[in-house]
Amino acid sequence: MKILTANRLGDGIAVWYADGGWAETVDHADLAHDKAAEDRLEAIGAKAYADNEVVDVNLIDAEVVDGVVEPVRLREKIRAAGPTIRGDLGKQAIRAA
Amino acid sequence: MYRYDEFDHDFVQARVAEFSDQVQRRLSGEITEDQFRPLRLMNGVYLQLHAYMLRIAVPYGTLNGKQLRMLGHIARKYDKGYGHFTTRQNIQFNWPALSDIPVILADLASVEMHAIQTSGNCIRNVTADHFAGAAADEVADPRPYAEILRQWSSVHPEFSFLPRKFKIAVTGAERDRAAIQTHDIGLHLKKNAAGELGFAVYVGGGQGRTPMVARKIRDFLPEADLLSYCTAILRVYNLYGRRDNKYKARIKILVHETGAEEITRQVEAEWQELKDAELKLPEADIRAIEAYFAPPALAGRPEGDAAVKVARLDSKGFSDWLDQNVVTHRHPDYAAVTISLKGIGEVPGDASDSQMEAVADIAERYAFDELRVSHEQNLILPHVARADLKAVYDALVDIGLATANSNLISDIISCPGLDYCALATARSIPIAQEISQRFASLERQREIGELKLKISGCINACGHHHVGHIGILGVEKKGSELYQVTLGGSADENTSVGEIIGRGFSSEEITDAIETIVDTYLGLRLNPQEIFIDAYRRVGPAPFKEALYAGEAKAA
Repeated sequence: MKILTANRLGDGIAVWYADGGWAETVDHADLAHDKAAEDRLEAIGAKAYADNEVVDVNLIDAEVVDGVVEPVRLREKIRAAGPTIRGDLGKQAIRAA
Repeated sequence: MYRYDEFDHDFVQARVAEFSDQVQRRLSGEITEDQFRPLRLMNGVYLQLHAYMLRIAVPYGTLNGKQLRMLGHIARKYDKGYGHFTTRQNIQFNWPALSDIPVILADLASVEMHAIQTSGNCIRNVTADHFAGAAADEVADPRPYAEILRQWSSVHPEFSFLPRKFKIAVTGAERDRAAIQTHDIGLHLKKNAAGELGFAVYVGGGQGRTPMVARKIRDFLPEADLLSYCTAILRVYNLYGRRDNKYKARIKILVHETGAEEITRQVEAEWQELKDAELKLPEADIRAIEAYFAPPALAGRPEGDAAVKVARLDSKGFSDWLDQNVVTHRHPDYAAVTISLKGIGEVPGDASDSQMEAVADIAERYAFDELRVSHEQNLILPHVARADLKAVYDALVDIGLATANSNLISDIISCPGLDYCALATARSIPIAQEISQRFASLERQREIGELKLKISGCINACGHHHVGHIGILGVEKKGSELYQVTLGGSADENTSVGEIIGRGFSSEEITDAIETIVDTYLGLRLNPQEIFIDAYRRVGPAPFKEALYAGEAKAA
């Protein structure tokens, strides 16, 4: 499965495509289960990039764990949570709050 | 220290205005990311995993209190309350919004700072010995020459689009604390038999995926010829350096592939065309720049010896810190102090906003308003009266920055690694923290003695692992972090590249492996004075391989 991720242009914050917009957490990102869905996400990413909403757009591997979307690779897990050495920063801090 | 003249002010202000306009045009969609990326990189703005990152230049690592206080202000107002001091003596902020960067740069300009040429294929921040101007063993302060190089290299039209980035370091002492042999150009300021100042010139050092020790191409270059000779080197590089392959584009590859002898011939030939023209530095100009770096007037403070003796008896913490973090100054009543940013279990090189402000206060009150950032990611107070050392120590204790570990195993260089960096393949900081905690006991660290441990989270080697006595390189293998160990590296006047000792270790195994290496060293050293690197050079890798891997061979 794939999800679409990028960084927001204005503040650089990591975002994931979910429910027709860019969410600040990965939990409910739109999942692409097949090639057609991947193409759809890719097209959305390309348009958002062209429209100067986001930069560094990528389709990444994901899985669903306990009903929540999680990236597969460590790099993407860290992007989705925040620095592993600073639990008070990044998305993990939002969740904890 | 150097103060901006009218030209510098206008130049930096003009750049702030120019880049602010570029940011506005980017945010409004007038220019694309492809158009904007090279512009932001020229101004130190990267995109990392979580957000943008802004890298601010600290020329040759020299700061005053006002500047450090401004960095603290930026950390608090525009970032998340901290900054990260780097191995190029710079500082990075990890969370700035692009839309805030124009105002951050304007704030920096108000204290004569900027982020120009902290990225891109240009001549980067020139680094220098962090004890420059204070060290008892230097022939002269190298910073005036670093400043001359900064002025010459700033937006130099010929050298703004080199094949790859270009780094220069300068030291004024025999004992190299600036790692000059790992730089594209390394300059060793010295005196010839006639007592004249000049440089031994090294070219083609570097780390990254192809580590190389620089080659000395000239034993003595008169100081007046500094710019003409560096121009000759850069011209040869700009002309012949490879542009077809990013990984072979640094001057180290050119020097390696061409041969030091031939490169020397090419540089000397180019130099013959330049040496007697407008790049020759007039004596008056050198002395004028030097005057900016005139040392503070250090009044006699002979009461220091007695004060230190009493304070030592009074406080074991002070006594430990004195032994570890305080070094001899050229003036007998003074000392140079290392403020460790390597508290046990802390993030190497990080300082909070309030710590930066408090250190700025200490510098203003006790250290003639002078500070340095070391390439080993610590802060330095270069001139402190011995009589004031206890007061400085107490002030550092109050802000949690009095860890006595300079040059010990917990004084680790670490890159940001996969916790922040978009290029990283593994985390570095948690490994540094775990090793630091494992060796937390100062008594044990002292028993081990001087040991330079350096960690990089990818092959680009920002954490200088190749030249660590013990180096750790984090890579990704089959989706997991794996840590390769190199032994025998060194970044001083006897620079060497470490050798890979064997198969890598998982994140769970690596700290045990380091402990095994350290215990092996303790078991084989000739005496407590034989430090790790000397012992390794004497015995080679075999005993360490045996200790780390013998069990596996038997099991197999």
